[in-house]
Amino acid sequence: MSQEQILSSDGIPLEESLKKAERKNKLKAFFLVGPLLLFLLITFVFPIGDMLFRSVDDRMITKMLPNTFKALETWDGEELPSEEVYKAFYDDFYPLAMAKKSGKLYQRLNYEKSGFSSGLKKTNRKIKKFEKANYKEQFMKTHKIWRKVEYWTALKNTAPNWSYAKYLKGLDLKFDEDRNIVQQDEDRRIHKILWMRTLNVAFWVTVFCFILAYPISHLLATLPMKYSNLLMICVLLPFWTSLLVRTSSWMVLLQQQGPVNDLIVWLGLAADDNRPELMYNVIGTFVAMTQILLPFMVLPLYSVMKTISPSLMRAGKSLGGTPLISFIKIYFPLTIPGIGAGCLLVFILAIGYYITPALVGGASGSLISNTIAYHMKSSLDWAFASALGTMLLVGVLAIYWVYNKLVGIDNIKLG
Amino acid sequence: MALPNHTPWNYRVWHYTYLFFCGLVFFFLIAPLFVILPLSFNAEQYIHFSAKMLALDPEGFSLRWYEDMIYGTKNPWGLATKNSLIIAFFATIGSTVLGTVAALGLSSRHMPYKAAFMALLISPMIVPLIISGTAIFFFMAKVGLAATHTGIIIAHIILGTPFVVITVTATLTGFDHSVTRAAASLGSNPVNTFRKITLPLIMPGVISGALFAFVTSFDEVIVVLFLAGLDNTTIPIQMWVGLREQLSPTILAVATCLIVMSTLILVSAELLRRRSDRLRGINR
Repeated sequence: MSQEQILSSDGIPLEESLKKAERKNKLKAFFLVGPLLLFLLITFVFPIGDMLFRSVDDRMITKMLPNTFKALETWDGEELPSEEVYKAFYDDFYPLAMAKKSGKLYQRLNYEKSGFSSGLKKTNRKIKKFEKANYKEQFMKTHKIWRKVEYWTALKNTAPNWSYAKYLKGLDLKFDEDRNIVQQDEDRRIHKILWMRTLNVAFWVTVFCFILAYPISHLLATLPMKYSNLLMICVLLPFWTSLLVRTSSWMVLLQQQGPVNDLIVWLGLAADDNRPELMYNVIGTFVAMTQILLPFMVLPLYSVMKTISPSLMRAGKSLGGTPLISFIKIYFPLTIPGIGAGCLLVFILAIGYYITPALVGGASGSLISNTIAYHMKSSLDWAFASALGTMLLVGVLAIYWVYNKLVGIDNIKLG
Repeated sequence: MALPNHTPWNYRVWHYTYLFFCGLVFFFLIAPLFVILPLSFNAEQYIHFSAKMLALDPEGFSLRWYEDMIYGTKNPWGLATKNSLIIAFFATIGSTVLGTVAALGLSSRHMPYKAAFMALLISPMIVPLIISGTAIFFFMAKVGLAATHTGIIIAHIILGTPFVVITVTATLTGFDHSVTRAAASLGSNPVNTFRKITLPLIMPGVISGALFAFVTSFDEVIVVLFLAGLDNTTIPIQMWVGLREQLSPTILAVATCLIVMSTLILVSAELLRRRSDRLRGINR
């Protein structure tokens, strides 16, 4: 038999009553987190899910041409479809043409196969005069796309409701006529360059931030309090200053008649009438981003270096190590957590940067975020913007996950 | 950091090189901000230093761009400032309340799956703003809050909460939970305990979180760019528009005002942090 059960004052076994109290406490804690959690789920997590959904949602054509797709189901794809299919297309297209709602269809189908746009436009004009019989013949007379099997194949290919075509486009790939994935034509491969440039800029900004931040974090951590507090302002003031203010100061500095160019001319590195372009290219993006993100590298490094006891270096010295060897063997390994935290933070922030590249980057210095904004605001290809956004998000979340594993979210320090 | 007298010359060189390099980096960090200050007092319509300014001639300086900022007829800074303040005010309150309450829950040792929830609650800070902006725009358009103050305030609450959660959780790590138990044993109900005991103790963390939330909202461009209509323009949006068209001295005047403001915020945040450390008995 088990031991005699211990009872609490109201006669319930102690173990049970403890469990109950534990449950109550858990629930209480959860209730406190609840409101924010619910708020974020509704306004943030769900919308991001919705964005993901938009990027693969391809129901537009199926919705616009329901009869056609039904009729095409039985089509073998070998030769031109039967009269029935043409009639079904007429039934779908006629109301669209009458209501002037067929515009989106041209665009979408022309993306699938060029030639659709002009063919459909012509059909749109002529369809009003169609007789209600012999549809196949009338369509074939209207435009050459209705006389070719490839166009029907292309149309049938759009039948699935979900498509990852936008993701392929984001990687400069596309479907050919037989649904094989092939490279985009040479002159249209722009996204791969963009991804590479984004990664490149983020990588080099991280490296330079590290090179610049390491010595000054060390200085801040080793100086006596009264000096380091003063110098810390140099790090914290930019940190607290509006991003636009900092970007505009770089625009002032890097312009053709600006102080940096003046300095270059004064040093004799360039002629006065041949001042180098420092802005509206990748140099501008790079320099401005390095300065703007530098505090995010200094703060984690500083907080780690602050905890390293100076006696460790003295011990290294007393054991006969030169300063260099003591540094490599003792100090540097101890700062690795800070290096990891700073580098990951700067890289995450840099990879999604928008404002600075948009203002000082010009065309050759723009990053993936700028392309997303372009498709959101100008070309209005929201599905493609969502696809690019999702790809970027997956990358960032992967780094975030690594960050969480290595550093721990609760170790993010602010200020 | 004076070197001892017996330091060999090569270490000496190395040490001064190091200090020189650090000086350059500090200069790189802080100098760009100070370029703006003198140029905003420029008497001419250029944004580079005129000969008169370099000669420190009083005629080279003027307050005309500040006048233009305040009284200029086609300048929307008044409306923008009003909007920015309204939005930042409500967004700060929203994120501070939600964030503080959530941080209290997260810091409880009974909270299950703490790390996972923390990661989720902080994610708005990590997700690139362009993605948050896109997603929030779709959402607001769906629920009919695009181009309204409410929509922008909600968006800024999302972006501000992670900062409050982080600062308040940090304050709570040094929190002695026996004081709340003592209050409870003396017959205080939980709400009263929170109001009279916990809140005053974590106040520095709450306020510095609120400052972060305020600055985040006050500086935020990307999400507002997606959400704002003509009536919701804010200071950053106006700066953004101005910078895209042409860099004018008026913008530099606005930028100077913002630098002054951020200096004030920095000073108060620093004072708060020290007070918080002192209250929690951490001597740094």
